[in-house]
Amino acid sequence: MFNYTLRRLLLAIPTLLFIALVIFLLLELSPGDPMSDMPLTIPPEVRQAMREALGLGEAWYIRFYKWLYLFAIVEPSHILAGMTGWDIAMEGPRILSFQTRSPVADIIAQRMPQTLWVVGLSYVFGVLLAVPIGVYSAYRQYSWFDQTGAFVSMVGFSLPTFFTGPLLILIFSIWLGWFPIIYDTTLVVDSWYDFFLQLRQMAMPVFVLTLYNVAQINRFMRASMLDNLTQDYVRTARAKGLTEKVVVLVHVLRNSLIPVVTVIALGIPAIFTGAIITEQIFRVNGLGQLLITAIYASDIPMVLTLSVVFAILIVLFNLIADLLYAILDPRIRYD
Amino acid sequence: MTDTVTFRAPRNQWWDVWDQFKTHRGALVGMVVFVAIVLFCFVGPWLWIHDATFINIRARNQGASFQYPMGTDQLGRDIFARMMKGGQVSLAVGIVGMVLSIFIGTLIGVLAGYFRRVDGALMRLTDLFLALPLLPLLLVMSMLFRQPLSNIFGVELGIFMLIVTAIGITSWMRTARVVRGDVLALKEREYVLAARSIGTPPRRLILRHILPNVLSPVMVSATLTIATAIITESALSFLGMGFPPDFPTWGRLVSDGIDYLQQYPSRAMLPGLFISLTVLSVNYIGDGLRDALDPRIRGR
Repeated sequence: MFNYTLRRLLLAIPTLLFIALVIFLLLELSPGDPMSDMPLTIPPEVRQAMREALGLGEAWYIRFYKWLYLFAIVEPSHILAGMTGWDIAMEGPRILSFQTRSPVADIIAQRMPQTLWVVGLSYVFGVLLAVPIGVYSAYRQYSWFDQTGAFVSMVGFSLPTFFTGPLLILIFSIWLGWFPIIYDTTLVVDSWYDFFLQLRQMAMPVFVLTLYNVAQINRFMRASMLDNLTQDYVRTARAKGLTEKVVVLVHVLRNSLIPVVTVIALGIPAIFTGAIITEQIFRVNGLGQLLITAIYASDIPMVLTLSVVFAILIVLFNLIADLLYAILDPRIRYD
Repeated sequence: MTDTVTFRAPRNQWWDVWDQFKTHRGALVGMVVFVAIVLFCFVGPWLWIHDATFINIRARNQGASFQYPMGTDQLGRDIFARMMKGGQVSLAVGIVGMVLSIFIGTLIGVLAGYFRRVDGALMRLTDLFLALPLLPLLLVMSMLFRQPLSNIFGVELGIFMLIVTAIGITSWMRTARVVRGDVLALKEREYVLAARSIGTPPRRLILRHILPNVLSPVMVSATLTIATAIITESALSFLGMGFPPDFPTWGRLVSDGIDYLQQYPSRAMLPGLFISLTVLSVNYIGDGLRDALDPRIRGR
């Protein structure tokens, strides 16, 4: 197990390097120029000097190496220093955003809470709702509850968030006026009333994403329960005289959760990446919105850093999912 | 005393599949809805009086009427006609993107499953693609190749090719994995051994004996890929990275309609509804196909 983890971790390094290189080269080829918004009256030599100040004058492999050095060594030291208060932050340049000229890591840290609150909460709700619904649907297969659940999860799975989002805005903000259209990030929660406002503005984006997450996880949960309910050990458990509650909630549920837990782990990186559209609709200035504005502005360091962070999360949670599978299911051994 | 054995006429197995498919009510309804939408988009423009791009500024922002069943937009273009035109593009992107994605996925899956030498490399490649953050990558690709391709093929065809290719090369991984798994199992079957022992070359073995047997997972995967392709195209258009503004697609129409959500809510809702209905029906068809093509379920 330990060997397997180590091997996978070592294998992840070249994978991530390759992904970083691909994204870097793609951005390198891109026609967008960070200088395109500057006034046309700037003389060419000044323009050239400005390009060099942004670090664009050197060959691509030197810039890639420099970015890699900053990303792998310097930035982690700053993040660690910020979290622990130790004086280990390294001197020298950092990865700077072209748009704001401030370090990319700081901007990401500023945007992270909004994303975690809205998208993370919706994921938690999604899991908490999907598991019981899936269990009950499978236990009462083909009942009206199961049929409705299957329909709702098919709908939630099929409707794109750029349809459900505006639909909710139309109904609850424009017609009923219950929730604000725009998410106010400057809101500081220091009283119960502010807390209420915060809940109110989070309601719609969280609902949209929760619907999608419930639909996704519910399908897996139901299928996994159905697989297990017909197994021999369930009959044995019933024959022993165990109550129905113990059979379903202890024996079947525990076994059915094994594949579902890995699905849940695989979905976690999407908490950070998948909400680009929802954040755009509700004007939540989280990481997804940061990425899309950076792409519009050809802010290469920002796009590169964010994409590689996303890739790291995906690779990491893939590994975690595989390991969880082996830990939870003793029949599976990787060595 | 002779046993009366009634022989059934030999029957193509696709009839069995169809019989099973018919019993799935959702799939049947989905198929009717999908065919209706396809007819609406591709036959509709021939029958309808208005053109999708004709600007009639005197008739702008009109509500629903006999002349304009879904009203007109801010430039007086008929929304009903634009919905058809937009649907053509969205469906075409979905279907062509699916074909490309399935082709790449099946090719890689079969190669990896059949030839052990390339298996490791191809599966690492698949894992690599699975680890890519796809939506950001699609956005970057769309930003990157928009201009060059538009210059070569013209705006419409250039962007169409860009989006279809982008969808194709970012969505083949699931198919490849499923196909590889099936090919690995099929390769060990006796009939493959028999075919190989009479000297069938690998190419014919794959095309004649293996591919027909992986058809059912591929078909299921194909329907799901159409759904994702339509959603991806709409998402790109919605974020302003898809087709140009004057070129209607459903995603583009939603994104344009959002600006008028307060005054004319139907403008964003109708195309959104069309996307949702299409994706829903395609997903139901996929569900039905999965049941119909699974011999374990079909027998019952």
